Amino acid sequence: MAIEKFSKDHEWVRVEGDIATIGITNHAQEQLGDVVFVEVPEVGRKVSAGEAVAVVESVKAASDVYAPVSGEVTEANADLAANSALVNEDAEGKAWFFKMRLANTAELDALMDRAGYDAFVKESA
Amino acid sequence: MAMNTQGRPPGPGASGKSATDTFTGNSGLDHEQPLLFEVGGTAKTGVDMPEPKAGKARLGGLERKASVGLPGLTEPEALRHYVRLSQRNYAIDAGVYPLGSCTMKHNARLNEKMARLPGFGDIHPLQPQKTVQGAIALMEVLSGYLLELTGMKALTLSPKAGAHGELAGMLCIKAAHEAKGSKRNIVLVPDSAHGTNPATAAFMGYTVRSIPARADGTVAAEAVQAALGPDVAAIMLTNPNTCGLFEPEVAEIARVVHEAGAYFYCDGANFNAIVGKVRPGDLGIDAMHINLHKTFSTPHGGGGPGSGPVVLSDALAPFAPLPYSIREGDKFRLVETEGEVTKGHTPFGRLTAFHGQMGMFVRALTYMLSHGSDGMRQASEDAVLNANYIRAGLRDLMTQPFGDKPCMHEVLFDDAWLKDTGVTTLDFSKAMIDEGFHPMTMYFPLVVHGAMLIEPTESESKQSLDQFIGALRFLAKEAKQGNDKSRFKEAPRLAPRRRLDETKAAREPRLRWRPAVSKEAAE
Amino acid sequence: MRFLPLTTEDRRDMLARIGVAGIDDLFADVPKGKLLAEPPNLPKAKGELEVERELGRLAARNTPAGSVPFFVGAGAYRHHVPASVDHLIQRSEFLTSYTPYQPEITQGTLQYLFEFQTQVALLTGMDVANASMYDGSTATAEAVLMAHRLTRRKKAVLSGGLHPQYRAVVDTLSSYSGANVDALDADPKGIEDIVARIDSETSCVVVQYPSVYGSIRDLQPIADAAHAKGALLIAVVTEVVSLGLIKSPGEMGADIVTAEGQSIGNGLIFGGPYVGLFATRDKFVRQMPGRLAGETVDAEGRRGFVLTLSTREQHIRREKATSNICTNSGLCALAFTIHMTLLGDKGLTRLARINHANAVALAEKLDAVDGAEVVTPAFFNEFTLRVRGDAAKVIDKLADKGVLGGVPVSRLVPGKAQLSDLIIVASTEINTDEDRAKYAQALKEVL
Repeated sequence: MAIEKFSKDHEWVRVEGDIATIGITNHAQEQLGDVVFVEVPEVGRKVSAGEAVAVVESVKAASDVYAPVSGEVTEANADLAANSALVNEDAEGKAWFFKMRLANTAELDALMDRAGYDAFVKESA
Repeated sequence: MAMNTQGRPPGPGASGKSATDTFTGNSGLDHEQPLLFEVGGTAKTGVDMPEPKAGKARLGGLERKASVGLPGLTEPEALRHYVRLSQRNYAIDAGVYPLGSCTMKHNARLNEKMARLPGFGDIHPLQPQKTVQGAIALMEVLSGYLLELTGMKALTLSPKAGAHGELAGMLCIKAAHEAKGSKRNIVLVPDSAHGTNPATAAFMGYTVRSIPARADGTVAAEAVQAALGPDVAAIMLTNPNTCGLFEPEVAEIARVVHEAGAYFYCDGANFNAIVGKVRPGDLGIDAMHINLHKTFSTPHGGGGPGSGPVVLSDALAPFAPLPYSIREGDKFRLVETEGEVTKGHTPFGRLTAFHGQMGMFVRALTYMLSHGSDGMRQASEDAVLNANYIRAGLRDLMTQPFGDKPCMHEVLFDDAWLKDTGVTTLDFSKAMIDEGFHPMTMYFPLVVHGAMLIEPTESESKQSLDQFIGALRFLAKEAKQGNDKSRFKEAPRLAPRRRLDETKAAREPRLRWRPAVSKEAAE
Repeated sequence: MRFLPLTTEDRRDMLARIGVAGIDDLFADVPKGKLLAEPPNLPKAKGELEVERELGRLAARNTPAGSVPFFVGAGAYRHHVPASVDHLIQRSEFLTSYTPYQPEITQGTLQYLFEFQTQVALLTGMDVANASMYDGSTATAEAVLMAHRLTRRKKAVLSGGLHPQYRAVVDTLSSYSGANVDALDADPKGIEDIVARIDSETSCVVVQYPSVYGSIRDLQPIADAAHAKGALLIAVVTEVVSLGLIKSPGEMGADIVTAEGQSIGNGLIFGGPYVGLFATRDKFVRQMPGRLAGETVDAEGRRGFVLTLSTREQHIRREKATSNICTNSGLCALAFTIHMTLLGDKGLTRLARINHANAVALAEKLDAVDGAEVVTPAFFNEFTLRVRGDAAKVIDKLADKGVLGGVPVSRLVPGKAQLSDLIIVASTEINTDEDRAKYAQALKEVL
């Protein structure tokens, strides 16, 4: 079964084998409001944890999406460029941003599980 | 992902019932006006000119083959088109325009008349300097006024707007550091700063380090001290700040900044609160831009042109960009190129072609001559008085993020008082439109939740302020007690347009007119 | 004081209402000793008549272009502006309105900006244009930075025909943002081999069209060569009237077009305010700086306009913005769009033809003067003249004879012997046969 983790930057990470799929959380989507533009990273780009790799824009805000873990981008969600509204419709499913091959699985330990993230959201509200 | 949850909520809002059900869509004096491309035609023109002389073209075979496709209008049609468009705009001349940090003060028409004198409006930036001595003299006179009012030592007039001035000031700072062989790479910016501050610093390759404000909305010298270090090149601080407060520790901040070998850049967007009352030069500031289009009333014109001269301390004076003017006996000279640079000057470069916004220099100087030193001081006092009068008129109904204390030329409220009413800052602002007012600046500064920043300026009379306060009190009570929230949710109902769908505009950008493609042709 | 509505009594009542004893209680946060006790040491307030006299004296010390035979260009041009343009832009609703952040009550500004953007796109032959920049020079520097972002490269190749002051602006902004500039030598004849300078590091090639020396050339081969190396072509137009007669940069493959829009609707005003035009291809729009008006609908489904894609801008993106530009040139853009609307295709084409015909007539006349020679082979309304002796002195002597005959190249590029005998001469629709005759006669006398 896939491991599911969350970052303090409101991103989710789903790991199967050494491949991680990354997107923004439903809570983040609600906060942003209508998403109007998404920019995803190039395949093959090597990124380190904390690096800004994608952009998500609503009418009122532009936000960077950071790589929650280090690795190499293996796939980017082309559907998002054409249909950014998908982020509002299915943030934690179809609207994944990109996939990457993990460089260091130990980095996952620094992230939260769902219960931890829910508590984090509650706390910062 | 970094989230900004303070921004303005988008979306068209509730529609409610339609305000206009006329055949034409017009509503009395308000007319629907189609786009130029729908009313004009390429066969029409509003300019008659003679046939050109016959002669051989010397275009090197580069004649345009296809037509440009620009529609024209005859003169009566053009007048109607633009007059109708103008009638869909709010304006200072029409009503209270209390946009905080924007300074919508009266624009005297004498300023316009003076800028159009042929001796100013019809001279070329590159005609011989001996034929424009009066223009360069005017730049010198304006400089003298600005230096006296700010207590600074030198200035550059050429920046084209406030943000351009910021760039000029920060480039002086960068050049000054480089001249000392220092490679400092960090700029301190408080959270409450105008967006242009971090944008300018980043544009120049600086890393922005933000400084939190204190609970009272101002910056503590201690916090600045803590953030300073050998890598810090400068601090960019707005004073009076974007919360409408004079920074009480500004002089102390300047001291610690200088002690750390950094420079103090002041965003002068709010200089209008203190002209003739406080001189930035006396506070230890090294560079400050002045928005002539705010403080000295050159018209905003629907978003420019502006003008952003920068005043400088002794330490930064040598690095001011080209061009600059100098006096040689009874003659004036513009130094335009590196080759002509005079002793003591090491300009960092050039920020624009030509010499800056002459049209704005004339208008600003006209304002200064008209007001005089007494009038400018009184204008600042009245601007501050008017803002505080609004504060006094609303403080029992609306909440102030930093408590009820004197403000400068603008008063800041938050949306705590709207909690649980279902009415947002945006709804409240839009309801003001139906009452005949332009909304205040909202959702800025970002450090305050649901911010409402009101700047009445000195141009409003007491009667006008009383009416404004009365309307806001009515709306505030309605928001708190009223059962019918449609006044807010559907607002504005009486403007030429209801709320516009910004999401649609951004998701399906239509940034120009294109001829409609018929369905058959498209398939 | 005619500008301040508060009476002394009002002020007293208001202070009481606020609950302070005097005005300086509201300035209590000013550090001790820093509040001025007296107004600054400047003259006291004046009435309109006195101000008019004072400024009138300064204005009288200048020679207005309209008062003499006038041939000065090099980036700013004197054209006839229809009377209705200035009337319309002085309407309160345009003049005293702010940036249209409240679209419901600023549809006037938003609609004309949308129309302006369309006109600029059509004129330059591009897909999309923004709502204006400060001027042509700053627009050009911004275009170079945009090309760097798009290509992730950092070298700009600048044509020797680029206005030297535009080049200086690009140089300044590049040097402080860590980018490189490869600038070619001054090229009065338009014969430089710019293609040879494009390499795999090049982000963009910047070519002025017509060049500052007036020459025009086909941009297509430069665009092709740039594209082959993954670089972009930025075309710079400082005389937009030319586009009524010659091919648009868009037609010849430009990726970004920047222009000085002053020629249409705006006076000379000693160099500003002017209006920068900025146009590009649809695919680059998210990296374009500056404001954009876009079409949408309101809550009742009616067409309306808003500022859009503003997440690119400083007030939202802050340190990640595409540019720090905020205030632009709204009112100058309005003057541009009204004048362009009055002209239409028909008027613009005729205006351009008159300009070209006048310049050709002047070139022939001056070429015939002993000691003068036109060096620009193909041009629109401006060309470069080689004169015997020092061009700056010639211009000076012409001014003494009441003719403003152009810009000596040495004013823009000082200290270059091979350029010291060149004058950039412009001729627009304002020049008459009499003006040309006077110029030729005066030139004969001073050479």
